[in-house]
Amino acid sequence: MSKPLLDVHGLVVHHGQLKAIDDVSFSLNEGEVLAVIGANGAGKSTLLRTVAGLHRPTEGSISLDGSDIARLSPHRRVALGISLVPEGRRLFSTMTLEENLRVGAFHAKKGPFDIERIYELFNWMPKRRRQYAWQLSGGEQQAVAIGRALVANPRVLLLDELSLGLAPIVIERIYALVPEIVSHGVSVLIVEQDVAQGVAVADRVHCLLEGKTSLTGVPADLTSEQIDHAYFGADLAPSSPVQGSE
Amino acid sequence: MVWLNVVIQGVLIGGFYALFACGLSLMFGVLKVINLAHGDMAVVAGYAAVFLTPHLHIPEVWSFLIVVPLFGLIGYVLQRTLIQKSIDRDPFTTLLVTFGLSVIIENLLLEIYTANGQTINIGSLITKSWHPTSIIYISYLSLAVLGAAVLVLVFLQLFLSKTGTGRLIRAVADDREAAQLSGANYRHVFGIAAAIAFATVALAGIAYGMMTQFAPTSGGVNLLFAFEAVVIGGIGSLWGTLVGGVALGVAQQFGAHFNPQYQVLAGNVLFLLVLAVRPQGLFGKKTALA
Repeated sequence: MSKPLLDVHGLVVHHGQLKAIDDVSFSLNEGEVLAVIGANGAGKSTLLRTVAGLHRPTEGSISLDGSDIARLSPHRRVALGISLVPEGRRLFSTMTLEENLRVGAFHAKKGPFDIERIYELFNWMPKRRRQYAWQLSGGEQQAVAIGRALVANPRVLLLDELSLGLAPIVIERIYALVPEIVSHGVSVLIVEQDVAQGVAVADRVHCLLEGKTSLTGVPADLTSEQIDHAYFGADLAPSSPVQGSE
Repeated sequence: MVWLNVVIQGVLIGGFYALFACGLSLMFGVLKVINLAHGDMAVVAGYAAVFLTPHLHIPEVWSFLIVVPLFGLIGYVLQRTLIQKSIDRDPFTTLLVTFGLSVIIENLLLEIYTANGQTINIGSLITKSWHPTSIIYISYLSLAVLGAAVLVLVFLQLFLSKTGTGRLIRAVADDREAAQLSGANYRHVFGIAAAIAFATVALAGIAYGMMTQFAPTSGGVNLLFAFEAVVIGGIGSLWGTLVGGVALGVAQQFGAHFNPQYQVLAGNVLFLLVLAVRPQGLFGKKTALA
């Protein structure tokens, strides 16, 4: 197997005194979907934001294609091919749908995605491209946020809590896009609180518990008991249904 | 007819206030920096026009061709160094730093050029005006300044809405982090916004120097008027700034019509009225207050 596209090694990230990420290592291969799951406060978003450059790691390395990018600012990482769809979508609210996409495309690399391609992917968009971001529904905003990241033609797309605040049917539709995105040669790193959703779409799963890696593996090889245990931690195990089946 | 003239004079001076204020509004809207040295920058531009351009054998009327681009450059450099460093600390530091800049500039100007009033010599243009009736007079210079203000605002509006760089400036103003994730180097974008702000305030400073006398400490009172224009018009709205400037100018002229001492007072009363009745300003969004 060729060497990984994105390689995170021994990552430690602090929020002030708090150690949010404690010695986490993982890698993402070309064309792969990796889901990082974990409970609230496990450090998932911090992990993604650190990979995107919004947090500086205390220790450890983040390399893309073998070169260390841990000290680069976010916009330099976008140029190298790392785009984050941030938690809560974070569209530019005083701009129209199309202007949001145009901001994403301004410093874009060459690649399969441009605004026209996004309009094909989401065929409702062209009709509403002059509407302001705040006039769109949550699911529509999420689609625009994904489009805004895709037009930069990333090699690694980071998706942070896509399901947040969305109806189940909308979440399903958004996740249905992931294989389509991967088919264009984009590797995807997903952070998700909704375990079922994350496991369903991922090639591999990486579970975090209080900033530490608690489980890694291929979804098919993992039992739901193992995942529950890794998700909630050992302290909660006695009261969980896992205990009864043992 | 007398009242019509009062309104016309108010509109003319309002154009100047808008020109002076749009850079302040941009700095606050994009960088979230209240530049307390904004007025002093205008004064420095005036001194540059009087003392620098003669060395270059350029008539003082045309000094803005040199001084405005120069101030754009100064704005970019100052932003990327001093102001960015203070933004990286916290918002309060930017206030202290720009206040410190203001003090340093005023004292340096006093030291070098004394407290004597200066004016930018534009020859006979200063006295030329148009008299449609016996009561109404429109100074060509004031009209030119109003025209320049409208031109600058139209240009800025087009730049911000139609160009990629303009969109980046708006994106950074909306959500700095999301703009970074979209590939924007926000420090560079801040620099461009500061360059525009400094260039416009330099133009305003030269206009001021042509219309009246200025001294090292002239910046403060103009900064106050600029603040009032921005707040009356609504923060973050360029056309609001023009309307705010004009409203302030008209209010001042009405006050001055009754008693010259009431000129500034009338403007301040309008400012306080707007703050009390419509705190987001005439064209501002309520969310801007949050």
